[in-house]
Amino acid sequence: MSSVSDYRRMEESITMAPLERPQAPDAVGQRAEQELLTLNMGPHHPATHGVLRLLVTLEGEVVRDLEPIVGYLHTGIEKTCEDKAYWKVIPVIERMDYLAYYFNAMAFCGAVETLLDVEVPPRAQYLRVIHMELNRIMSHLVWLGTSALDLGAISMFWYCFRERESILDLFEMSSGQRMHTRYFQVGGVIEDIPAGFEARVRAFCDAMPERVSQYEAILDRNEIVLQRLRHIGVVDEATLLGLGVTGPLLRATGNPWDLRKATPYCSYDHFDFKIPVGTVGDNYDRFRVRMAEMRESTKIILQALDGLPEGPYITSDRKVALPPRHELATSMEALIHHFKLVTEGMRVPPGEIYNPIEGPRGELGCFVRSDGSSKPARVHMREPSFVHMQALAEMVRDAYIADLIATLAVLDPIIGGVDR
Amino acid sequence: MPDATGLELIARDLREREPERAVDTLYFRDRATLQLEPGGLLGALGHLRERGFSFLASLHGVDYFPEEPRLGVIYELLDMDSVDRLTVKVRVATDEPEVASVVELFPTADFQEREVYDMFGVVFEGHPNLRRILMPDDYEGYPQRRDFPIGGEPVLFTHNENSVPRWFA
Repeated sequence: MSSVSDYRRMEESITMAPLERPQAPDAVGQRAEQELLTLNMGPHHPATHGVLRLLVTLEGEVVRDLEPIVGYLHTGIEKTCEDKAYWKVIPVIERMDYLAYYFNAMAFCGAVETLLDVEVPPRAQYLRVIHMELNRIMSHLVWLGTSALDLGAISMFWYCFRERESILDLFEMSSGQRMHTRYFQVGGVIEDIPAGFEARVRAFCDAMPERVSQYEAILDRNEIVLQRLRHIGVVDEATLLGLGVTGPLLRATGNPWDLRKATPYCSYDHFDFKIPVGTVGDNYDRFRVRMAEMRESTKIILQALDGLPEGPYITSDRKVALPPRHELATSMEALIHHFKLVTEGMRVPPGEIYNPIEGPRGELGCFVRSDGSSKPARVHMREPSFVHMQALAEMVRDAYIADLIATLAVLDPIIGGVDR
Repeated sequence: MPDATGLELIARDLREREPERAVDTLYFRDRATLQLEPGGLLGALGHLRERGFSFLASLHGVDYFPEEPRLGVIYELLDMDSVDRLTVKVRVATDEPEVASVVELFPTADFQEREVYDMFGVVFEGHPNLRRILMPDDYEGYPQRRDFPIGGEPVLFTHNENSVPRWFA
C-alpha cells in the first residue's frame, strides 16, 4: 500500500521543467539550435532525381528556406531545334522530358499542324490517345517506384518497373523503339499498329487496375508511408495557381483543372473518364490522385481501342506527309514529294502558335514560331517540371529535411525537362 | 479563346484606359494576340488579370532577327473560369532591352523571366533575383539570339584545360 504511494510520489516529482526552461542566448543573441546552417544538396545526389542542386537553409533539422539551382543538364535543345527541319525536330524535342516523350511530340506536332492547318485523321488521333495514355501510366509508374524508393520502400520499385517494362514492350511493338519512339509525326503517326498490338494492350489494360490495387495494398495501409505523406507539403490552391502549378499537384487541392476536359484536343472529348481530385493538397493527396489517374488512363485506352476508327493513320497531304512506299515506284509526283520532304522538309506558313496539352506533370505547352522556311524560327517548351520547381520552396518551408526528400519525390520533377 | 470580336473589345478597353499607348490585335488560327508597348505592359496585364486572365501559363522570349525591334516577350494568359486563352506580346530592341517584371502580379514569372534574361538578354526591371538560370553564372552572350553562333563551344578535357579560354583565369 505504502509502496504504491511512494512510487506515485516519485513519479509526480518528475517534471518537465528542465526541458521547458529556455536555454540562455549566446553572445550573438541566438540559441545554439537557432543557428542557421546553409547546406548544399546535390547536384549529384540519388534523392534529387537527376542533376538538381538545392541550397537549403536549415535551422536544426527544419528547412527555413530553399533555393533550387538548375541548369546542370542544359543541352540547348531549343537552340538545336532552330537548326533542324520540322520533322527532324521531333526526335530532339522528345528528349526534353524523357519520361513523357509522346507528350513532347504531341505538343510540338499539334503546334505545327495548327500552323499548317492540317487535319489529323481520326484513326491517328485515337492511336495518339492510346500511346499518350500508356505513356502517362508509364510516367506515373516511374514516379511511384522512385518516390517509394526515396521513402525507403525498395520493393515498390521492382513492381513498378515490371509494369513499365510491359508498356515499353508495347511501344517497341508499335514503333520499334522503347523510348523516344518518334511515333508521332506532323499530320498523324508514322505507322499503323501491328497485328496483335490491340490484344496485348487490352491484356495490359485489363491487368493494370488490379496491379494499381496491389500497389495501394502495399503502400496505402503502411504506417510509415502514411506518416511520411500525410499533412506534409501542404500548399493552398491560390498559391499554387499563382506559381503556375498545374497537373496532379493542382488537382490534389481539389481544383479539377485538366486540359483533356477543359479544352479537349486530339478527340479526348470522345472518351468517358473522370478527373481525380484531392481535398487538402498534401503529399498523400498527390499520391492518391496519380494512382487514380492510372486507373482512368486504362479506361481511356480501352475506350479508344473499342472505338478505333478505320481509315488512314496519317494525313494524305503530300506536302506534309511522306507518300506510301509503293507509290514511289509508279508515280513521278510521289517521288518528287518524297525527295522534297526528305531533303528540305515541309515549308510552314509564318506565324506563332502556343499549343498546350495535359502532360503527366501538368500543362505542357509548345510554342513554335515559323518564318515561312522549312526550319522553325523558335521552339519553346513550357515544361511543367521547370515551373513547378518554384513551388518546392513553398511546399517544404518549415518542414523537416526528411520531408523535403519526400516532397521533392512527390513533386515529380524530371530534370531533363527542367533544364532542356 | 476569345473570338475576333471579343479580342477587339478587350483591345478597346485597354485603349480607353491608356489612350496614348498603341494596342495592336492579331487573330491567327483561332488564337488571339494583343501586342502592347513595353511601357503599358504592367498596367494592361494587371487589368487583364482583374478581368479573369489570372493564370500566367507561360512566358517566353523570341528573337525576330532580322526584324526590328528584335526581341519579343510573350505572355500566355489563361482564364480558367471561362476557359479562355489570350497571348500578350511586347517587342523591345536589343540596345534597350528593358521590360517591366510581372513577378508581383504572377509569381510564376520568376524562373521564366530569368530564363528569358539568360537566353535573350531581356532585362526585367523590378525582378527580385535577375540572374542566369540555365547557363553558368559567368557565361557571356545570349545563346538563343538568332545571331549567336552555333557550335564552337570548347569542351574541357585534361589535355586542353590550360588552353581553353576563361578557364583558370
